[in-house]
Amino acid sequence: MRKILGLLLLSTTLHAATPLRVVTVGGAVTETAFALGSGDVLVGVDTSSTFPEMARTLPQVGYQRALSAEGIASLRPDLVIVSANAGPPTALAHLAALKIPVLRLVAGDSLDGATTRVLQMGEALGREGEATKLVEKIASEVGARVPLAAHSPRVLFVMSLGQGSPMVAGRETAAAAMLELVGAQNAGNAIQGYKQFSREALVLLDPEIVVTTSRTLAANGGEANLAKLLPGLEITAAGRSGRLIVMDDLFLLGFGPRIGEAAQELATKLNEPSRRAER
Amino acid sequence: MTLAKGSAFCVFLAILSGAVALISLRTGAVPISWREMVGGGDSVGSMVFQTMRVPRLLLGFLCGGALGLCGAAMQGLFRNPLADPALVGVSGGAALGAVAAIVLGGPFLSHSIYILPAAAFFGALAAAILVHVIATRGVRVDVPTLLLAGIAINAFAGAGIGWMIYGATDSQLRDFTFWSLGSLAGAGWDATLGCLPFVVVAAGLLAFRARALNALALGESNAWHLGVSIEGVKQAVLAATAFAVGAVTAFTGTIGFIGLVAPHLVRLAVGADHRLVLPGSFIIGGCLLCAADVIARTARAPAEIPVGIVVASLGAPFFLGLLLREKRARA
Repeated sequence: MRKILGLLLLSTTLHAATPLRVVTVGGAVTETAFALGSGDVLVGVDTSSTFPEMARTLPQVGYQRALSAEGIASLRPDLVIVSANAGPPTALAHLAALKIPVLRLVAGDSLDGATTRVLQMGEALGREGEATKLVEKIASEVGARVPLAAHSPRVLFVMSLGQGSPMVAGRETAAAAMLELVGAQNAGNAIQGYKQFSREALVLLDPEIVVTTSRTLAANGGEANLAKLLPGLEITAAGRSGRLIVMDDLFLLGFGPRIGEAAQELATKLNEPSRRAER
Repeated sequence: MTLAKGSAFCVFLAILSGAVALISLRTGAVPISWREMVGGGDSVGSMVFQTMRVPRLLLGFLCGGALGLCGAAMQGLFRNPLADPALVGVSGGAALGAVAAIVLGGPFLSHSIYILPAAAFFGALAAAILVHVIATRGVRVDVPTLLLAGIAINAFAGAGIGWMIYGATDSQLRDFTFWSLGSLAGAGWDATLGCLPFVVVAAGLLAFRARALNALALGESNAWHLGVSIEGVKQAVLAATAFAVGAVTAFTGTIGFIGLVAPHLVRLAVGADHRLVLPGSFIIGGCLLCAADVIARTARAPAEIPVGIVVASLGAPFFLGLLLREKRARA
């Protein structure tokens, strides 16, 4: 009873239209909802919503580019927040036809994009204050990251969606944007998007550090196997020094509320001396 | 005997499609009351019913029906039970058109939901016309050449798809993967009404060709001696397949297996007379796809499984079981 009274009081003092049943689509979207303190109003998330742990227990609406309008409608949401990637357009149009408000966040793998999305969500969830604080926190975290050594290292970002066939991150990827944010050089900038790379081209790039995601590492059976999937790597500076940085996919590439922490961690790891030199 | 069997089969088809339609309309993620189904109104339930369930059932039926009908016609034309609509390049062409729209269409794609289906449809049409032209000698369509040209055009479309995939971004790649798994999730009235004219044209083209396809089963020269317009049948089958399969594939992505299996099921039940096989394959194909779609959208609700996966993973073992039973019955 007191709980209900409290809720009633809250709903009158807060925004009149603060949504109470929200579906979030996109890993960073869900993360932001939790970071803003709106985790308890979520009634459904997509398959990419893996953080925080709580998000995994919510009903699944499927892959973010293959959403089902009826499935989402069955959760009776009063707001659906989707990433710019979400689709298909017909599913979103169907939701609009059911008069379910759909907020599509701005695209952009950049600090600007990340903070704009936080503010957009803050407004929609009636958490403007929390959103402003979160944006300030992100800015201070990014500002407080350790500066890279005078020489900015050539970093090769490698990712594979399944087993084998590792792809190198080129221009216009989230990985390239993250490397740029911390001031490192993306060794794969000669190509666009994620592509497979020839052995000789890899040797020619001579990366000093390899960055990959924990999912890639897990899918390929650990560090030793990853090196085997990138033949030629052993001749490069990164191969000789054994400098490999592994970070969580969503944390590193999500451009969500933890972007500042991710930038700090990446910068710190990039500054660590090589492991073999230590020995 | 045949007449009795035929009318019994028609009754069975009527009951089957009625049952499938009812189950399909009644099941889904959103619970919908009978009142909302028949009464209309603007509750979420009745809106979901009107804007999603009904068009989705119709699209599923049109799409499965077109695949079944064209599969039956193709098997008649090639006199081979392994033939299916993909054989003349239609599916390959549609996939190439779709992937080209996804990869190259970029910013235009969001302007209209018709751009991708249009590209896929014209891809299918272009492939079918190309195959047709290559196989035509004078006024005659050479069926073996048709088969070989179809294989070549499919391979060429495959190469084109490969180039597109190579240049695609991660999300474009995933879009295409999901398109090629086939789904009725995009179904609304626009997709259903978009498909309808093409399927109607195809059905019209094939409606009076059943006797000719029966005659063709005896071989081209025998059919000719029976006074059948062989070239007319060939043109009709090819045009119908290009139109109908091209259009439904454009809206739903590639859904395999139905074109192959629906005619088989009908022949197992009533024999090889095309007067029953053609309409029977339409209805069985439609029922198969709609039934598979019920599973696709409820098994993991509120998420959805691409229907092509359901069709293949349930249909293939079922079909194998039928073949084995048939084998045992003959032994």
